[in-house]
Amino acid sequence: MSITTEMVDYISDLSRLRLPQEEKERMTGELQGILAYMDVLNTLDTSGVEPMSHVFPVKNVLREDEVVPSGDRSELLKNAPASDGEAFLVPKAVE
Amino acid sequence: MEKLTELTALELGAAIKKGEVSIEEATRAALEAVEQREGELNCFITRTGEQALERARALQAGVKETSSPLYGVPMAIKDNICTKGVKTSCASKILGDFKPPYEATAAERMERAGCVSLGKLNMDEFAMGSTTETSFYGPTHNPWDTGRVPGGSSGGAAAAVAGRECWYALGSDTGGSIRQPASYCGVTGIKPTYGTVSRYGLIAYASSLDQIGPLARSAADCAAVLDALMGKDPRDGTSLDVPAGGLLASLTGDVRGMKIGLPADCFGEGLDPEVRRAMLEAADVLKSRGAQLVEFDFPVMEYMVPTYYIIAAAEASSNLSRFDGVKYGWRAEGYEDLTDLYCKTRTQGFGAEVKRRILLGTFVLSSGYYDAYYKKALQAKGLIKAAFDDAFGRCDLMLTPVAPTTAPKLGESLSDPLQMYLSDIDTVSVNLAGLPGLSMPCGFDKGGMPIGAQLIGPALGEAAVLNAAHAFQMDTDWHKRSPYEKEVF
Repeated sequence: MSITTEMVDYISDLSRLRLPQEEKERMTGELQGILAYMDVLNTLDTSGVEPMSHVFPVKNVLREDEVVPSGDRSELLKNAPASDGEAFLVPKAVE
Repeated sequence: MEKLTELTALELGAAIKKGEVSIEEATRAALEAVEQREGELNCFITRTGEQALERARALQAGVKETSSPLYGVPMAIKDNICTKGVKTSCASKILGDFKPPYEATAAERMERAGCVSLGKLNMDEFAMGSTTETSFYGPTHNPWDTGRVPGGSSGGAAAAVAGRECWYALGSDTGGSIRQPASYCGVTGIKPTYGTVSRYGLIAYASSLDQIGPLARSAADCAAVLDALMGKDPRDGTSLDVPAGGLLASLTGDVRGMKIGLPADCFGEGLDPEVRRAMLEAADVLKSRGAQLVEFDFPVMEYMVPTYYIIAAAEASSNLSRFDGVKYGWRAEGYEDLTDLYCKTRTQGFGAEVKRRILLGTFVLSSGYYDAYYKKALQAKGLIKAAFDDAFGRCDLMLTPVAPTTAPKLGESLSDPLQMYLSDIDTVSVNLAGLPGLSMPCGFDKGGMPIGAQLIGPALGEAAVLNAAHAFQMDTDWHKRSPYEKEVF
């Protein structure tokens, strides 16, 4: 597996990151090294093995359908970089 | 009495109950140590000394025979565990001055047990790193040699306990982040079975692997903290509904007939000879108390690091998408539109290691590579779990190194990320299989740096793990060594 700077551009875009040229080049080399090492997994025979996401299978965790108060709006908005006291403020996203 | 700050948490708790020392006196002793040593150690991101003294005075009236054995004992909390109204930064620029509007379950439970919190502890940014050097707030230094790292990611927690700034700390462990710094700093730390401690309010790095646990001066201290922490929490869907508590009371030190497994593949190439010697000596101590040593092959070790980093990075890339400069934390300036706001905030707000793992995780999840990397890693995880099941058919506990070497010098690790990942080989396996793993001090290298041994138990085997460590600590005094009281020994 070979990582190109175009590929790093693509995954950066998906990740909402925009690396400066110098950082991008360094990152490309580092990711290349890391992924090359990870290829050792190809020597492991996994045919017929089910992918395991959680070691303890926990399914359908349900709670009682009770109404409980949600977070206080003014408390939650205190942490926002920009708000008008009622909502989070962001640049206009739809024309 | 012995110097207050040299006591274990349980010794201090007992002295508080007997009225030999007030909670305020203990708190002041800790704050004095913090004041004296923070300049060179940098364990804390946020200090809450004033609140701690107020809380100490308020708690004093409640001292009674039946209160928790840790009642009134000052501690501190890793900065990825939410504390209501107290800045929680994950050691990242992107969280700015975020003050959580709610308290993590783990912090709430320690509060119920009567803890006095001294503040929030330094860590690798978002718990990603093995040295505490990726913190936006500067590195923490190892109390045994301030030119060396304390390990990571709970480096502030390990250094604060070793540096006698607090009696115990809450850390988190995704791939070794409690055990490895505990080892590097000469303290005892345990990552309990996945699901036994609520993750509610723990800022997620890799949700299927993250687990909160204690770092303290002894296995008994760790048992007492776990007794307060463990138990089902309806706010964490992955928390297990199993009996909790009673660990401290179960410590007997009796390991007669216990089978301790030494997996040969954990003692191979790349292990520092001094670390190997200390491991074998630790095994002999347990043997002298009646345990039986068994050796066997464990041929999955080379798959641990790649499997771990693929899964952890994949989950991180998803978990960290919530940091976008809109709802909380820091926002970049000079953006043109919404996408630009996201990109500028994330690019400038995350450090290099975090960006590396987000990109790696995005890559292994992206179409065309998902099967080759992510799915393959989940299959490998299944095989690793099976290898552990097989091992626990041959032994009751496994004994392995925590890390192949002792603490490296500051600045040595970050230049080569792959090399840093490889040093996690002995700890990440335990998270992949969801097992309890404990790190206990078992010697020093020629340079005077602590060495740690790891005990791994089967799922929900905390009692056996802690009991073996307790047995070891009844016969040794490595866990009592202090970087400031060396002459005592």
